[in-house]
Amino acid sequence: MIYDVVILGGGPAGLAAAVEAKNDGAEKVLILERDRELGGILNQCIHNGFGLHTFNEELTGPEYAERYIQKVKDLNIPYMLDTMVLDMHDNGDLKSIHVINEENGYMIIETKAVVLTMGCRERTSGAIGIPGYRPSGVFTAGTAQRFINMEGYMPGKEVVILGSGDIGLIMARRMTLEGAHVQAVCELMPYSNGLVRNIVQCLDDYDIPLKLSHTITFIHGKDRLEGVTVAKVDEKLKVIPGTEEFIPCDTLLLSVGLIPENEITRNAGVVMDNRTNGAIVGEMRQTSMPGVFACGNVVHVHDLVDFVSEEAVLAGKGAAKYIKGDLDTEITFTTTNGDGIGYVVPQQVAMTNVEEKVTFYMRVRQVFKDKVVNAYIGDQLIATKKEKKLLPAEMVNFKIAKDVLAQYPAGEIRFVVEEAK
Amino acid sequence: MKKDMTCIVCPIGCQMTIEEKADGTYEVTGNTCKRGPKYAINEMTNPTRVIPTTVVIKNAMLPRLPVKTAEPIPKGQIFDAMAVINQVVVEAPIKTGDVVIKDLLGLGIDVVATRTMDKC
Repeated sequence: MIYDVVILGGGPAGLAAAVEAKNDGAEKVLILERDRELGGILNQCIHNGFGLHTFNEELTGPEYAERYIQKVKDLNIPYMLDTMVLDMHDNGDLKSIHVINEENGYMIIETKAVVLTMGCRERTSGAIGIPGYRPSGVFTAGTAQRFINMEGYMPGKEVVILGSGDIGLIMARRMTLEGAHVQAVCELMPYSNGLVRNIVQCLDDYDIPLKLSHTITFIHGKDRLEGVTVAKVDEKLKVIPGTEEFIPCDTLLLSVGLIPENEITRNAGVVMDNRTNGAIVGEMRQTSMPGVFACGNVVHVHDLVDFVSEEAVLAGKGAAKYIKGDLDTEITFTTTNGDGIGYVVPQQVAMTNVEEKVTFYMRVRQVFKDKVVNAYIGDQLIATKKEKKLLPAEMVNFKIAKDVLAQYPAGEIRFVVEEAK
Repeated sequence: MKKDMTCIVCPIGCQMTIEEKADGTYEVTGNTCKRGPKYAINEMTNPTRVIPTTVVIKNAMLPRLPVKTAEPIPKGQIFDAMAVINQVVVEAPIKTGDVVIKDLLGLGIDVVATRTMDKC
């Protein structure tokens, strides 16, 4: 059998892409998921705050996932669980997906289109290289989250958290609620990498100190963690001698960044963007490989699942268009990040595929107050977005209407942070 | 009394200032939508939070079932609520929205399941 669209990953991006592709006329859709259930990371994100944009109500992660899983079931979209994708090959009109599972062994699945929705994984202690011992008691925040929320294990009692990413903040509250004492959250940067509401609800509510411009310089303890040395850093992020402080603890959680999981993407030869660590994508989330689409955290790390779902709708729609031969491939615009902007997604726009508008997602490099984000083509200012506050932790969502873009024949759209006029 | 706070109703996170006037009413500035003042006044008079946590579940694929308070509960009673919720043991099957604890701490608020777990 030849599938129309095969989706690599049954998390929020994969579920929403599958639903959209099916609704848009792709008949044979298949979701491949390596875990034993659909829903991805949402299953362990039991906290609330999901769905404010998508459903206009505040849901927990499992509730948000369940709404999409129900849609997948209602549409009779088949899915394979406990199934690992090993490789993807481009054979022109068809792609072959090499997969393995216990029930069927090794399989090669052929499909016209693919949507890559593998998500991301956490940076580990190895990735940041903290000096000291390697005792038990050091976890990534997401691992601790799975232990507590799904498996029912408590990782420890006296906790220090390194990194103020959202998972770290959420886990500071979660561990406090379950009876642990969280001594501090240390953040290398002079600002937090988490959402403001998480700082308020997870740290301020429980009087957990957020130590900005602080890092861990040594891990103590041979078998079990006994403590960490925390020190202040200067504006060049170098440790200031004499500021070291020993904090006794039995648990260290790391919330030090997420990496899009793109081994399959890279091996297949899809062109990547080294700013996002994801594939270069167009307005419908098409990649450099015709018929291969990508959306969600595998493209760039999002802070809200609502925007993952929004992006997945584009990819699902794009894949359905592609198999009908309706997807235009001629690139009208490319995008680039100017002053103050770290990256922009999508990196390309084919205007004939655009319906009403293009939403450009981007992240600023530092905290800005009362600035604007301007979009230029050449010297021409084409759109402005005013923000009271721009934070690296909060993705900027910049919409430009089709009529505005249509006034320009082609070119590069450059996004920059500038003074408000 | 004057207090600065960060609004958490939505991800924008407006920096608001709330001031109690002599007549007992409140003035809120810095908000960009009408939900801001409601949140600010509530934070001054009766701060509340939804508590998402887990309870023990038997005969399911996993040993923990995620639950939440169906409505926000007073902030000061969070740890009392946790003590009650941590005593609960339920049996699969459970559906999202099933009441796990009725009338938590006499607040008139239920604790409900936030995912469906089949028996296995």
